[in-house]
Amino acid sequence: MDLMLSVTQERGVIPRLKQEIMKKMVEQGVRIDGRGLGSYRELGINVNVVKTADGSSIVSLGNTKVIAGVKVEVGKPFEDTPDEGALIVNLEIAPTASPDVEPGPPDENSIEIARIVDRAIRHSGFLDFKSLSIVTGKHAWFLWVDIYVLNHDGNLVDAATIAAVAALMSTTLPKVELDPAGNILRIDRSNRTQLSLNIDKMPLTITHVKMGNIIIIDPTREEENLSDGMYVIGVAGGNVVAIQKVIGAFTKDEINYMINDSINQYLKLKDSIINAMKNPSTELRL
Amino acid sequence: MGKQPPVPLLVNGRRSDGRLPNEHRPVRMEVGVIKNAEGSALVAYGNTVILAAVYGPREVPQKHLELPDKAILRVRYHMAPFSTSEGRKSPTPSRREIEISKVIRTALEPAILLERFPRTTIDVYIEVLQADGSTRVTGISAASLALADAGIPMRDLLVGVSIGKVQGTIVVDLNQLEDQYGEGDMPFAIMYGRGLITLMQADGEWSPSEVTQAIDLAFKAAEQIYKLQKETLKGKYVEASTL
Repeated sequence: MDLMLSVTQERGVIPRLKQEIMKKMVEQGVRIDGRGLGSYRELGINVNVVKTADGSSIVSLGNTKVIAGVKVEVGKPFEDTPDEGALIVNLEIAPTASPDVEPGPPDENSIEIARIVDRAIRHSGFLDFKSLSIVTGKHAWFLWVDIYVLNHDGNLVDAATIAAVAALMSTTLPKVELDPAGNILRIDRSNRTQLSLNIDKMPLTITHVKMGNIIIIDPTREEENLSDGMYVIGVAGGNVVAIQKVIGAFTKDEINYMINDSINQYLKLKDSIINAMKNPSTELRL
Repeated sequence: MGKQPPVPLLVNGRRSDGRLPNEHRPVRMEVGVIKNAEGSALVAYGNTVILAAVYGPREVPQKHLELPDKAILRVRYHMAPFSTSEGRKSPTPSRREIEISKVIRTALEPAILLERFPRTTIDVYIEVLQADGSTRVTGISAASLALADAGIPMRDLLVGVSIGKVQGTIVVDLNQLEDQYGEGDMPFAIMYGRGLITLMQADGEWSPSEVTQAIDLAFKAAEQIYKLQKETLKGKYVEASTL
């Protein structure tokens, strides 16, 4: 994909008969996979699955599967935020994810998703950036969150956000030993503390798509390809922390509906994440 | 995020540049500014100045990208290296510019009758010449005018408007300072005549009622710019008909 320009993309082809069935079913309040219009697919989460990372998670949302790893590094704080660390979110759709994905650097879709996830986390108050400071103006933790889509069956944004959040929840920072002048003597990787996170402000994204006049949640890839619009809302606590219209056109009323629905969906989704993380297997399995 | 602005963003209901919260900067528009292009426009929101030029419908250089049932749209949002108040901006597209090119493309697509021109491309080039905040929305207003100037059939004109939050107050048309130090930023593209939103993004923290308030304020600001766009286009044709 040529990154110098953004180009209209061909959408995946769905047989016309199936399109008609999907649209007709949605009008009657059900979806082709048996779900209601406002329900998420089954969610699976395992954390600490990658031993070589400082935090990690593997998330499945129906057949969509995403793995995220956090690597922490000591860096020099940015000049305008001398007492804060940094967060860098990257996402790649691995060529394993679907027959139409070619290996290569992240395309505009991957960049867009990574930037939505980044904004949702950054503005939520979930991560205390000041707690990442080691010595003001001199040393701070940089959190590199790398998200890999392993299988693509739609709603990558929500799956990627959950994976990033779960990976951060499993992340630990090594102990840093300093001399009196604030120089680093040693980084003790065997002595670790949990990242400082505010779970009440856990950021989650809620993706809606529009088929005709009907709005549904957590789209499969076929539903995305058939949709007339896609709209992502990042929620933390009771507030909106990110918005991205991804495809199409929406009325004011549709947007107000999706904002209110997202605030309601947020609590349910957050509960199911906390439940899914209760008895995690830490073995790396798909 | 702990960043302190060099000057207060809001004092006694006035913003750092003296505007009221719901006051847009002066808007300036001109079409047909690039003679070689099919259509073009220069739009300024205060000190933000953007050029848009349209080429096409024309043959798709990379054949595998063409679509059998409609034209493709190719969009580039790009900042000139000298356009920012900080140091030189590298001319290589940043992740930010790649994302903005994409969201502008999907903002323009619903407004254009792409199905009229199968197997062709319509190219929209947006150049930020001088940046003082709200560049993507100024670029959308310019791109929409350039498309109309090129005679490409459209469902409606598109107006770009930015809404933001400074010191808890919802404001319209962010300048650079407010964009950098404000608590939130919410850009819009609006097909005003049809009541449709084709670009909407947000960062920062917003309550649901603030989002509703922001949408309403965006539509209010869009009305004036929409009128000015129509007058600008009519002005050109008035000029042409007197030749």
